Amino acid sequence: MLNNEITKIIDKFKETGWVPEPEAKRLFQTAGLNVPKFSWVHTPDEAIESARRIGYPVVAKVVSPLVIHKSDVGGVIVGIDSDERLKEAFNIFKILDGFDGMLIEEMASGMELIIGAKIDYQFGPVILLGIGGTGVEVYQDVTMRMTPITESDVSSMIESLRGRKLITGFRGNESINIKELTSLIIQFSSLVTSIEDRIQSIDLNPVLCSGKTCIIADARIILNK
Amino acid sequence: MNLNRIFKAKTMAVIGVSSQNDSHPANVIYNKNHFRYPLTVYPVNPKGGTIKREPLYRDISEVPDNIDIAVIAAKADFVPGIMEGCIKNNVGGAVVISGGFAESGKLDIQNRMVDMAREADFPFIGPNCLGVYSPHRIDTLFLPGERLIQPRPGNVAFVSQSGGVMVDSMVKFTRQGIGISTATSIGNKAMIREIDMLNYLADDPETKVIMFYIEGFEKNEGRKFVLAAEACPKPIIVMKGGRSQEGIKTVSSHTASMAGDYKVFSDVMKQHGILEVRNERELASYCEALSAYQRCIQGRIGIITVSGGHGVLAVDNCSDLGLEVPQFSEATRNAVKENLSSSIQSIASLSNPIDLTGSALDDDFLAAANVLVKSPEVDCILILILPYSPGISAELGARISHICKSEDKPVIAYIPNEDKYAMLIEGFELNNVPVSYSVEGAVLMAKALKRSEKC
Repeated sequence: MLNNEITKIIDKFKETGWVPEPEAKRLFQTAGLNVPKFSWVHTPDEAIESARRIGYPVVAKVVSPLVIHKSDVGGVIVGIDSDERLKEAFNIFKILDGFDGMLIEEMASGMELIIGAKIDYQFGPVILLGIGGTGVEVYQDVTMRMTPITESDVSSMIESLRGRKLITGFRGNESINIKELTSLIIQFSSLVTSIEDRIQSIDLNPVLCSGKTCIIADARIILNK
Repeated sequence: MNLNRIFKAKTMAVIGVSSQNDSHPANVIYNKNHFRYPLTVYPVNPKGGTIKREPLYRDISEVPDNIDIAVIAAKADFVPGIMEGCIKNNVGGAVVISGGFAESGKLDIQNRMVDMAREADFPFIGPNCLGVYSPHRIDTLFLPGERLIQPRPGNVAFVSQSGGVMVDSMVKFTRQGIGISTATSIGNKAMIREIDMLNYLADDPETKVIMFYIEGFEKNEGRKFVLAAEACPKPIIVMKGGRSQEGIKTVSSHTASMAGDYKVFSDVMKQHGILEVRNERELASYCEALSAYQRCIQGRIGIITVSGGHGVLAVDNCSDLGLEVPQFSEATRNAVKENLSSSIQSIASLSNPIDLTGSALDDDFLAAANVLVKSPEVDCILILILPYSPGISAELGARISHICKSEDKPVIAYIPNEDKYAMLIEGFELNNVPVSYSVEGAVLMAKALKRSEKC
């Protein structure tokens, strides 16, 4: 799964220590994982052009090597439906520390999951699946498996979560697309194995899952020092 | 690496035996093996002299025999030299009891020993350990025999980073009727580590269940361990010490902060079909059940009781642990009913649990057990025996056990742990049917048999 493009992206951010979202998204895209349509822009005009191409409404996120948790500094605005609001967003982000442009993305929806990876000291690469959203920090409803991950590992991961019914469906809420989720986790696991020497951890948070697809809405890669 | 000469030793040298101080650890080890075990034992001390009318050899090279195992209980600084002598004299392996190595900051001496031993392919256990114990075969524990309770020989192997946890567990195992094949305290595990023990025990014909007390692995060592454990057909149980260490305090990644060392450990064990126990009660229940039955069950439990309340509690416990208590078919209920004594035929409850009532006789238990061992509706049977019930005799244990042996279906009994019921309990245990002293414990045993999703 490792190819030149992936290595190049990682090498570029060795100094910073982590790969910012637009480049992390490009990395996952290169690896064949599902990410929303996105564009990294540096001027309001570029922003408008990209947003029109992607199609309103869009999400705007600040890009800055100094901002690792974007929402903590007001660096994420969702549901932008016009050129005016997009320009406003640009102006808000512009004054944030280390501003290096803005990420524009198509809106995605679905249930929030977190998928992650960590290079564990004792067990090597492990993959995490959990119920996402604010619940990540409150309930810590997560489960881990050592790579390589098989289909039956994914089933058992889902089964291990207290909130498994949020995934498999309850009282008329449809199940998310388990097949898509499974293949996303398995592909992610083999990507992680191929870059295990270069990374410390990865958060795909959230991954938005619906009855149709699973899409990586935000991603952060923490590199090995 | 061949560990056979350590674990199946016929000849032993104890190095560091004192001619002056008979309570020195080396003397305790020498005395117990010399007087109580089927080994030829030679004491060694550079000062020479005699002990108990036997010569104290000045050096391993002077011992007039080919030594399988050297037990080294000398000061840390002397150990590398002693080990060199053992290697030169073709000793089969060593147990280094002495402390004062990595655990006291003297990693250099320890590393020297490891390098030397690796190069010579000379296996050694420890340092800073209690070594090996195998009932009626060998005992390098420096604890006086009269202080210990001797575990009975059996098929559970115990491997422990902590000598104390191991000895204390063995003492309790004895009371629970759990037998030991070998127990090994690996201490600083400088050379022989969990994975070496796993590889050895996987092939040891006397061992059917392998239990590890683990505090931690080296880099990527956990990965190798779980892969080896998954490939081993014997049930493997682990208890993790040091679960409560604080999570990694990084805020940069959610995954890193939530995937704390213990959480990863626990989930990865489960992924690879390794049973994790969290306390003494689980430890004893799992060891006892798996010692009797190694085959996996799906977890459809049939319950026979004389007390409705005990039946209800057992069902609750089953449900908490993810075990099913399926309803019996009419055919099964009728088959049980036909064979019950006439006095209880109309009052016994024949759904699952089968409640034979306080008027039940031995024969009623046998009738119910006979049907359930043959019925495909359940794959494990719990028998809850309250010996206060007047129709129950002391022979019931042995009689039920024999019925159970006619089919390959695990049976587990609950009997209160009181001396006056000992014969009833032994009737089961001597026939390799595990007995728990609580209803929860009996259900835990059943849970142990449903050990892996992979089964």
